[in-house]
Amino acid sequence: MEGLTEISSSMLFASFILYLVATFFFGFTIKDKTAERRKSSIAGSLAITLTIIGFITQVIYFITRWMASGNAPVSNMFEFVTFLGMCLVLAFIIIWFIYRLNMLGLFALPIAIIFIAYASVFPTEIPPLVPSLQSHWLWIHVTTVALGSGILFISFVAGLIYLIHGVDQSVRDVRSISLEIVLYIIFLIIGFVVVSSVFGAMHYNATFEYDLNGKTTQTEYTLPAIVAPYEGTLVTDGVMKPWFDTPEWMHGADAGRKFNSVIWSFIVGTLIYGIARLVLRKRIGATIQPLLKNVKPDLVDEINYRSVAIGFPVFTLGGLIFAAIWAQEAWGRFWGWDPKETWALITWFFYAAYLHLRLSRGWHGEKSAWLAVIGFGIILFNLIVVNLVLAGLHSYA
Amino acid sequence: MKHIKCECGHVNPEGTVLCEACGKPIEANQYIDGNDKKKLLNMRYEGSARRSTTYNKTIVDKVWNFFSSVKVAVWLIVIALIASGIGTIFPLEQYIPADAISRDPAIFYEETYGIFGKIFYQLGFHKLYSSWWYLILIASIGVSLVICSIDRFVPLYRALKRQKAKRHVTFINRQRLYSSTETVSNEEIQAVKEHLEKSRYRLKEEDNHIVAEKGRFSRWGPYVNHIGLIIILIAALIRTIPFFYMDDYVWVREGELRVVPGTDGEYYIQNHEFILDTYAEDDERFKDAIAKQGMIIPSNFQTNATIYKAGDAEVIGAEENLEKIGDFQISMNQPAKFGGYTLYQQGYQLNEFSKMSFKVYEMNNSEAEALGEFTVDLFDPKSEYELENGFNVEVKEYYPDYSLTENGVTSKTNDSNNPAFIFNLYTPENDNYETSFVGDVIGSAENLGIDTSVVELKPMADVIGTFAATVPGSEDNQYKILIDSIQFDRTSGLSIKKDYTLPLFVLGAIIFMIGVIQGMYWQHRRIWIHPKNNGILLAGHTNKNWFGLKKDIEKAIEGTSINMVEDQKEDE
Ligand code: HEM
Repeated sequence: MEGLTEISSSMLFASFILYLVATFFFGFTIKDKTAERRKSSIAGSLAITLTIIGFITQVIYFITRWMASGNAPVSNMFEFVTFLGMCLVLAFIIIWFIYRLNMLGLFALPIAIIFIAYASVFPTEIPPLVPSLQSHWLWIHVTTVALGSGILFISFVAGLIYLIHGVDQSVRDVRSISLEIVLYIIFLIIGFVVVSSVFGAMHYNATFEYDLNGKTTQTEYTLPAIVAPYEGTLVTDGVMKPWFDTPEWMHGADAGRKFNSVIWSFIVGTLIYGIARLVLRKRIGATIQPLLKNVKPDLVDEINYRSVAIGFPVFTLGGLIFAAIWAQEAWGRFWGWDPKETWALITWFFYAAYLHLRLSRGWHGEKSAWLAVIGFGIILFNLIVVNLVLAGLHSYA
Repeated sequence: MKHIKCECGHVNPEGTVLCEACGKPIEANQYIDGNDKKKLLNMRYEGSARRSTTYNKTIVDKVWNFFSSVKVAVWLIVIALIASGIGTIFPLEQYIPADAISRDPAIFYEETYGIFGKIFYQLGFHKLYSSWWYLILIASIGVSLVICSIDRFVPLYRALKRQKAKRHVTFINRQRLYSSTETVSNEEIQAVKEHLEKSRYRLKEEDNHIVAEKGRFSRWGPYVNHIGLIIILIAALIRTIPFFYMDDYVWVREGELRVVPGTDGEYYIQNHEFILDTYAEDDERFKDAIAKQGMIIPSNFQTNATIYKAGDAEVIGAEENLEKIGDFQISMNQPAKFGGYTLYQQGYQLNEFSKMSFKVYEMNNSEAEALGEFTVDLFDPKSEYELENGFNVEVKEYYPDYSLTENGVTSKTNDSNNPAFIFNLYTPENDNYETSFVGDVIGSAENLGIDTSVVELKPMADVIGTFAATVPGSEDNQYKILIDSIQFDRTSGLSIKKDYTLPLFVLGAIIFMIGVIQGMYWQHRRIWIHPKNNGILLAGHTNKNWFGLKKDIEKAIEGTSINMVEDQKEDE
């Protein structure tokens, strides 16, 4: 048992490294200006081969963890986000074999890498399943949603490439600034991963006591406390004293700790972003833009649309239909308007609107690219904000 | 109705943009699909005559046109999307937590979330999804779906059925994929035809004009999926009729036999045993996670029960006439199903108090014998208890589910989950009475770090008196009242449902899935070969996946001198 768990985590680590190396090889391909897109260069074939090996390695991680725990490893944040990264890679491999566009890999793999890194910030112990989660429908539902989301993420990747390629960087307008904000948000997530890993490696811990619905509750900070829970008191000695309290309206379970993490992500993410800007002396978007000279916008737009077309039915099946079947089996109500469900519905509505907008002229190209970015934001919102913030406020889950 | 006769001889209905048979643009109607401003033809509906683009006079026309606009549909969808999002900011009415300040929404939102909570409540977002305006919004989406689909389906069907292989030349050269080749031999055309057939295109020929077509059925995908959506909306509507949907809840104590609510007295349930299993702390797989969470994690809730059917409900004493339906082990994700009803394991209460016994002692002499004792049946508490030694205990206040909040002492529910009493003790020798507070066993247990939602207090019931102290009401009390023993019941909470609309939802969902897959994973591709002098014009159209169509054409003309089509797509 112990052995399996260990194999499993080394496999995950191996796939992480493989994706990283594959990204570099995809990086080399963009320099082949003359090489025809579909007659892929040596770097290109190496890159996709490494990606596939990385994917297989991650599948082994998944299977061995499943064998170790007896449950499909998709039942907590660590497992789910890791799996989502894996689905993104799978979707990328599928789309690569349709369109053979190496550029996609240069963006898709780093995003998968960030997902896996983000996942490892959460507790990695194998969780026991509470009774309501003990159903085959749980993993059928979760894996299908993740696969659907992974495919939809490719539309984001295509949209991002379209925008970085096409948005005019010589002016300061809504478009170039919005694009820069999107890139800045990616830095914030990286900031969160970095600061959590550093203090995680140091086993930093500070415990607070605070009042949760009339009960004194403890919350454990793994980052130095800049902000304390509302009217919370620090009980650990010899650690940094908080600078101020969380505002009163943020008083769900662990609200203080989560707010503290957000503040840290902003500080560290902004710092990294600031250093990058100082070194580069131009916008991140403007820095990447020249690398994308050879991009054919029409093709990228088509990939954007095509991945929504492929991903939408999968997402519907997993996020709405299988979810409803499971909810019916577990609670006798296939729909309950809880925030998680509602946000799955919002995601579905959003992509339905996207598909309808594509029917009319004028919504192809750049507008579609922006929509793909927003769609990605909505899925991430459901993953991060709803899980960690709204669900916490509502004190269930 | 004014009909329009095309030069090819086909008679088109009024409002047609492109002749149904040969595709020649009908001059006067080009503005309808915006073809007059573009080089390429708008092929979305094959230039067919739709009601919404043809008539706009009467009020009926106007309503029809409003609902058949995809733009309106997108707006409706976006409004529904935003409203749904706002509804998730704070919990809905039904998700107000049990330990909230108040379960009254009028108080809860403002108290908990301040001014935003108050606005949320006053705008009705606490029951958004059943509010009239949300329902109207969803209904409008339904109406829009129906009208939009009818408006387009019929003309599109006609146009695709009537299309001919022989197309007008302006139709060909205004397609997005187009090429012209000066000289093409018959053999080459033959080779192209064979290639196309190999790629599973269906060919139609007319005077050497060829149309190769594939995947037309995918054009019906959206209409199929919209039918699925409409069925789901209808199912949701029907579900509001009580006959089709019923939802109730029942608490059954161990050993108890109860009628199942909502079944008109037809079914009874007997709870033989309620089981709560938890994960062992030294479980090899999970010990790390359990240690980290530092609490007991349940692995199974289960009610072992027997369901009976009442013999003849009319007869008094139907309970004696019970006919056994079967034994069930009801657990999470394993509901019991019988007679169209489904019973779900929903909640439980391990430590429901059923009886509490108290003993009265002299204040500073705990060694001494008790002076008297009395027992309170919590399902039937009396207002006064007479003790054998002549003492009299008056129940001044009884809180079945005691809780101390900022707003003072309250009882959270009317169930005896955590009883607490204020007793007035009268002694024969004295006219005055003494006041004592006794109770809040759960609170005392939790102060000791016991999680009473998963730990049974029953085994500790003997020593339980030490849990809850008596708080004397006045300083100079001469007597104290201590809890002597407690009887706990284990109660299982089951929800009972009957839902005849499920098959309709399932049907709608299946049809929806078939429709989206049909429309998304297949595409309607057409390739036209139009002879011109010694050569040909080649054109292609697909409703999506142009990349795939180009590959098909590349494959078809391989080994011939025919020019590859160019993408004439204009910048927008
Ligand atoms: C809110 C739920 C809805 C969903 C999930 C939905 C879904 C879809 C999908 C997946 C398509 C296919 C798109 C494509 O082929 O590119 C489609 C097409 C379409 N939908 Fe909807 N739809 C919804 C509501 C509506 C409404 C309310 C209308 C009414 C105006 C509508 C009108 C249309 C039309 C006209 C098409 C295009 C048909 C065609 O051009 O071939 N939809 N819809």
